[in-house]
Amino acid sequence: MSETQSTYNYRVVRQFAVMTVIWGIVGMLVGVIIAAQLVWPELNLGFLHFGRLRPLHTNAVIFAFGGCALFATSYYVVQRTCHTRLFSDGLAAFTFWGWQLIIVLAAVTLPLGITSGKEYAELEWPIDILITLVWVAYAVVFFGTLAKRKVSHIYVANWFYGGFILAVALLHVVNSAASPVTLFKSYSAYAGVQDAMIQWWYGHNAVGFFLTAGFLGMMYYFVPKQAERPIYSYRLSVVHFWALIFTYMWAGPHHLHFTALPDWTQSVGMVFSLILLAPSWGGMINGVMTLSGAWHKLRDDPILKFLITSLSFYGMSTFEGPMMSIKTVNALSHYTDWTVGHVHSGALGWVAMVSIGAIYYLLPRLFGKSEMFSVRLITVHFWVATIGVVLYIASMWIAGVMQGLMWRAVNADGTLTYSFVESVKASYPFWAIRFLGGVLFLFGMLVMAYNMFKTMAGGRTVDDARVLVPAAHHA
Amino acid sequence: MDINDIRSIVTVVSLLTFLGIVWWAYGVKGNRKRFEEAAMLPFTDEEADRIELGLDRNGQRKAS
Repeated sequence: MSETQSTYNYRVVRQFAVMTVIWGIVGMLVGVIIAAQLVWPELNLGFLHFGRLRPLHTNAVIFAFGGCALFATSYYVVQRTCHTRLFSDGLAAFTFWGWQLIIVLAAVTLPLGITSGKEYAELEWPIDILITLVWVAYAVVFFGTLAKRKVSHIYVANWFYGGFILAVALLHVVNSAASPVTLFKSYSAYAGVQDAMIQWWYGHNAVGFFLTAGFLGMMYYFVPKQAERPIYSYRLSVVHFWALIFTYMWAGPHHLHFTALPDWTQSVGMVFSLILLAPSWGGMINGVMTLSGAWHKLRDDPILKFLITSLSFYGMSTFEGPMMSIKTVNALSHYTDWTVGHVHSGALGWVAMVSIGAIYYLLPRLFGKSEMFSVRLITVHFWVATIGVVLYIASMWIAGVMQGLMWRAVNADGTLTYSFVESVKASYPFWAIRFLGGVLFLFGMLVMAYNMFKTMAGGRTVDDARVLVPAAHHA
Repeated sequence: MDINDIRSIVTVVSLLTFLGIVWWAYGVKGNRKRFEEAAMLPFTDEEADRIELGLDRNGQRKAS
C-alpha cells in the first residue's frame, strides 16, 4: 500500500457527531414537554404553549438532530470511500458553524411566534437565505470531494447522500420563495391550492430525501461495516436508488386528500405512494439481508441491533405509509393521532435509531478508542429506546383509529354520535402512554450522552488517520 | 405542441430511462464485476480503521 501525507478531516465529523447527541436531547426534550402539555394542559405556560413549541420540536429533531447526523456521517463516508480528504476544510467548518447558528436562530424565533407558517419550513426568510448559503457550501464540499476521489467507483452510499443534498436544495429554494414584508414577516410566493401543493411537494420530499435518502446513505456504509460483510446486492441498491428518485417527487398530494386539490392530483399522489412500497422495501431487504449468514452477530453487538432494528421500523413505516395514502384509509386516518404514530415509527424507529447506531460506530473512532466507554450501556440504550418507540406508536395507533371512528360515527337520524371534545377526553390515557414512551426514548439519549462524554474523556482527537491510496479492491 | 403533450413525453421518457437503468444493472453482463468491486469500497481502507481504533497492525477487534 502506497501512502500519501494527507490525512482525513475528522474535526468537522467529530463536531457534528457530538452535536447530534446534544441536539437529539434538546429536540426530544421539547417533544416530551409538548406531549406532557397534551396530558396536563396547565403546563401551557404563557407563550411557551403547544402551538409555539411544536414547530421547535419538529425543527430541532429533524434539522438539528437529523441534520447533524447526516453532516457527520456524510463527511466521514465520502472521505473514507473516496480515499481523499474533504474538498475544503474552510467550507466544511463554515457548514458546521453556519448550521449551528441556524439551529440557535430557530430556537429563538419559533417560540417568539416568528414563523412563515409552512410545516417543516417555518423559519422566516433571513434564516432561509442562511440555510441556502450553508447548503450550497455543503454541496460544494461533498461534490468537490467526490470529484477528487482516488478510486473509480462512487460508492452507493454517496449516491444517496448526493441525491439528498441536491433534492433538499431544490425543495428548500422552491418552497421558501416568499415576498418579505419586514425582517420578521414574509408571504409565500404562491397562493391558494398551488401554495398547498408546493408545501406538500416539499413536505413529503423532505421525508423522502432528508429523512430517507440521506439515512439510506448512512445505512449503506455503516451496516456493511458493522456486519463486516459487503452489501447483500449492489445491483438492487442501484435500482432502488433510481426508483426512489423517480417516484418520491410525485407522492406529496396524499397529504391533501379530500381538500380543494383536484381529485386527479390526489389519485396520482395515491398511486405513486403505493408504488413507493417497492423501492422502500428494496432498501430494507438489502440492508437486513446483508446480515444473512451472520445473524449471530446481532446477539452481542448492540450497534448492529440499532442498525437492523431501524431497518425493521423503516420496513414497517414504509408499508404503513402507502396504506395510509389510499383515500378510503386516509378518510379514517387523516388528522388523527394515527398520522403522529406513523411519523414517529419512521422518525424514532428508523431515522433516530440508524443515526444512533452510526454515531456509536463513529464516536470511539473519532476519539482514538477501540470501543465506547461502556458497551453494556449501548445495550441498555437499545432496549429502553425500543420499548419507548413501541409504547409511542402502539398508543398512537389506538388513539388515532379511535378518534377516526368517533368522528365519523353518526346516529340513525344523521347527527354526530360524539362531540369533538368527547374524542379528546377518550384520548387522554393514550396521550399519557405516549408521554411515557417519549420519556423512555429521551432517557436513552441521556444514557448515550453519558457514554459519549465518558468515551471522550481521556481520548485523543484523531487527526492522523492517513489517507491511503487503495492498493486493490479485493483487499 | 400543447404543454400536455410535453408532459406525456416526459412521463414516457422517464419510464424508459428507469427501465434502461434496470437493464443496465441486471442485464449487462460486464457490469456484474464492477458492481462487486464497488461493493467492496468500504473495506479498502482498513489501515485507517486500525489507526482510529488505536490498534496495532495485528490488532483484532474484540467483537470478531
